Amino acid sequence: MEGFLPILIMIALGIGFAAGNVFLSQFVGPSKPSPEKSAQYECGMPPVGDARQRQSIKFYLVAMIFLLFDIEVAFLYPWAIAFRDLGIIGYWQIVTFFLLLVTGYIYVWRKGVFDWSGDRSR
Amino acid sequence: MADIEIPVLTTTVEKMVQWARRSAIWPVTFGLACCAIEMMAMSCGRYDIARFGAEVFRGSPRQSDLMVIAGRLSRKMAPVLRRIYDQMPEPKWVISMGACASCGGVFDNYAIVQGVDQIVPIDVYVPGCPPRPEALIYGIVQLQRKIDKQRMSA
Amino acid sequence: MPDTDASPVVDILRAAVPGATIEALPSVDMPAIVIDREHALETLTVARDHALLQFALLSDVTALDRLPVEPRFEVVYHLVCLGEAFATGTPAPARRLRVKVRVPGEDPRVTSLVSIYPGANWPEREVFDLFGILFEHHPDLRRILTPEDWTGHPLRKDYPVQIRKTAQSWEPIQLSVEEFAENIRRQRAVSEGLARESGPLGE
Repeated sequence: MEGFLPILIMIALGIGFAAGNVFLSQFVGPSKPSPEKSAQYECGMPPVGDARQRQSIKFYLVAMIFLLFDIEVAFLYPWAIAFRDLGIIGYWQIVTFFLLLVTGYIYVWRKGVFDWSGDRSR
Repeated sequence: MADIEIPVLTTTVEKMVQWARRSAIWPVTFGLACCAIEMMAMSCGRYDIARFGAEVFRGSPRQSDLMVIAGRLSRKMAPVLRRIYDQMPEPKWVISMGACASCGGVFDNYAIVQGVDQIVPIDVYVPGCPPRPEALIYGIVQLQRKIDKQRMSA
Repeated sequence: MPDTDASPVVDILRAAVPGATIEALPSVDMPAIVIDREHALETLTVARDHALLQFALLSDVTALDRLPVEPRFEVVYHLVCLGEAFATGTPAPARRLRVKVRVPGEDPRVTSLVSIYPGANWPEREVFDLFGILFEHHPDLRRILTPEDWTGHPLRKDYPVQIRKTAQSWEPIQLSVEEFAENIRRQRAVSEGLARESGPLGE
């Protein structure tokens, strides 16, 4: 357990330095708010309208799929490290896990989530 | 254990703050015309402003301390300049680079603002058409000396 | 020595547009012709479409102010034939052509070429901004280089070179979509107002 003490001290110093500086800049840093300073940045031009527009759903879908497969890869890493101890049973278990997720992937692919061309002639 | 003299550096908080402020002046990109080329030359390998602290030209005024107005400012661009200056957080400094930014330069006509100090307050004027990169580095060093004299409670 | 002989072009244009007045001008770098403004659009359509001419590229629109001389303004168009690089059918010889249209000072209007060369949109706005020459049937005639509320046309010979005026450094913090559209409409109304002052806007 004593091997972790230096790591804990390092974490405490890191967080302490960052938080301390943010806290200190409240006192040392000048604060002069003004409406021009808080205005939206549009390269010096006045911004037109607000930014509330509908975005295409394709971004959300790809982000969700990325998240799912990222977690899957995160499960694959510890299996790969303990591969020898888990033996042949472990191998087939991970293959089943992987195939289940690949089925989902093929479903999403055939549904057209990855086709961003907007071509409706499918 | 032998007696070691522990060297201790005493200073004031003000000096620390001044040192911190002048050692990391990050400019915002405001190259308007030909002087911008010399400003780019200054930031590149041969003259290298990064060794004086101006490590990187920030694209956003919200993350910068210094605005180097490099080039001629036209009347149409004046509100844009003022807005970008307003959006920089304190402490901020402005260097007017070149003859056109300082006084209108060779362009005494209807389109060019005759001196950027009509729009924003200037700390250092760097003359030249365009000033050599060494001249602009000297301007930044002068600005660092000016920051050394500034009181902290600004 | 660059080819400055405009006579083949002049012959073809005179045959295609019988009523137009087309003259070759002395020039040092490219063939140059001057045409009258009533037939300008028709003549330049022929220049673009005729099989032997094929001036498909409008490279620039500019103008000059010859103040004591009448007609006061000359609107200058630079046309380019790209030859084999861009030919419909048999390629025409690759060359350039300068076309001048003389415009009087008290009625400075010319038909816009946007209908035949869409790339003339912004150059014609620039000529309107700097010289005050109105382009009839231009879809969006407003200032482009000077600030939107500028008065006067700076490149005219009677415009002062130096102006001592403090620069405006204020602009609104936020514009709504309606205000933005209203600004553009107001700028277009200025050119329409000028057009109404000098006379009827053509058919």
